Amino acid sequence: MTTLARSPLQAGRATVNEIEPSFDVEKVRADFPILHQQAHGHPLIYLDNAATSQKPKAVIDAIVQYYEHYNANIHRGVHYLSERATAQYEAARKTVQRFINASRPAEIIFLRGTTEAINLVAQTYGRVHVGAGDEVLITTMEHHSNIVPWQMLCEEKRAKLRVAPINDAGELILDEFEKLLAPRTKIVAVGHVSNALGTVNPIAAIVKMAHARNIPVLVDGAQAVPRMPVDVQQLDCDFYTFSGHKTYGPTGIGVLYGKLPLLEAMPPYQGGGEMISSVSFEKTVYNKVPHKFEAGTPDISGPIGLRAAIEYLEALGMENIARHEHDLLNYATEKVSTIPGVRIIGTAKEKDGVLSFVMEGVHPHDIGTILDQEGIAIRTGHHCAQPVMARFGLDATARASFGVYNTMEEVEALVRGLKKVREVFG
Amino acid sequence: MPDLRDLYQELILEHSKAPRNYRELREADHKAEGYNPLCGDHFTVFLHMEGDTIRDVTFQGSGCAISKASASMMTQSLKGKTRAEAEELFERFHKLVTGQSGDQAELGKLAVFAGVSEFPTRVKCATLAWHTLEAALEGKQDAVSTE
Repeated sequence: MTTLARSPLQAGRATVNEIEPSFDVEKVRADFPILHQQAHGHPLIYLDNAATSQKPKAVIDAIVQYYEHYNANIHRGVHYLSERATAQYEAARKTVQRFINASRPAEIIFLRGTTEAINLVAQTYGRVHVGAGDEVLITTMEHHSNIVPWQMLCEEKRAKLRVAPINDAGELILDEFEKLLAPRTKIVAVGHVSNALGTVNPIAAIVKMAHARNIPVLVDGAQAVPRMPVDVQQLDCDFYTFSGHKTYGPTGIGVLYGKLPLLEAMPPYQGGGEMISSVSFEKTVYNKVPHKFEAGTPDISGPIGLRAAIEYLEALGMENIARHEHDLLNYATEKVSTIPGVRIIGTAKEKDGVLSFVMEGVHPHDIGTILDQEGIAIRTGHHCAQPVMARFGLDATARASFGVYNTMEEVEALVRGLKKVREVFG
Repeated sequence: MPDLRDLYQELILEHSKAPRNYRELREADHKAEGYNPLCGDHFTVFLHMEGDTIRDVTFQGSGCAISKASASMMTQSLKGKTRAEAEELFERFHKLVTGQSGDQAELGKLAVFAGVSEFPTRVKCATLAWHTLEAALEGKQDAVSTE
């Protein structure tokens, strides 16, 4: 079944590689209406993809189609519109399953985003399994959304939050990580790709180490899913999360993948409609997974838009996207490094999509304003990863992050913009 | 279209590189911390009051060129002012950087921040030190935040 479902994608990828050796970025750009505008009198250059990505026309159209033609509540109505909406919502679940290679659709839960997905696991799996004196293990490079939910859990349960250190390149120190896997460690939560540094963590190796001690692993895949092929069965992680809006889909929709036996054993997250089989004042019987975790009327247009985004990415081929963004990152790293006083933060050997840097004598916020005047959008600040900033002794960095539609010419414009920053600040 | 030169005036750049009164004030009787969670800018403002008059004012911390220069020039403009005069000055300054009409003549050198009004995302940078000053005057214990 799994092999059958995946084969069209694999075949498609091979064909793309054979016929189209180079990624046609101009064709991609034509699919994104928002890119064709000026910002402060310059062509818009969007290099803030790690914050959120832009949406192809196909995604916008899918959402409009839903509202114009089959908007209805799902899983309830016997009528025509409800049947269509339900079918599309569940089709989106199957698309996500295929995309990250989960073993079945029930392992895909639709939520608001990565943040809610991590909170769900902390508040359900975590509250059952983590007790006083137990430990939760994360890493220094986590986004606040993979720190705070665990901190809240540890505070409530009087458990300990342990943090595996990183080296000066921004790589997880695996030996130290392994040493922190203790008899009281109840769960490991780790990012796949760091949003502040671009570091790609060796998830398969991390999972193997944790599983050898029967510790489950949650992976925050918010920055990985838009950038590289992800196969949750190959990674063998227990939970995997990502956000629609960073994956060229709409905001307000995200995914929690969990291995079915774990999800089935977990208590519900929120109570309400949809998540029940039957309700009386004496006893309520909860619905099956995944509906058990989707209380209330969900975001219906969200999964429909996300499905369109995934199909768009599949047509481009995730391998091709990964290669394209890697080329952009390498070129940008090389060029930006030559600007006097620039220091790149995060120099991991395995790195993707994100170029964080500081410039001597210029605060990142000022870099951001000057680039903005050139039509270039980057992110400046702590990137919701203050412990990472603290690790490097910084308050903030400037961050350029790449997407499918970025070009080498845009990288060159970034470099020209940074030279202008140097001129202004001397 | 806003011009970068309006924002990054020579005087602002100069103060950001060599901020005045940038030190801890040992005899401080009022102090407050200010924080902009969006960009991580963080300042402490120290005050030495004599009755209702600001005898000395200093600051420390880190931030962008605009926030640092604003803090530096704020300390210069406050010495010898009463609390009421300081608050009135902040009100004028706030009007200036948010583009509301006001009497710029009263602001003296601080009028150099007029260009900030063309850059709405930077208003918080320009006012962070002033909000912190206000908290110090009011004797607030918790750090103030721009959010």
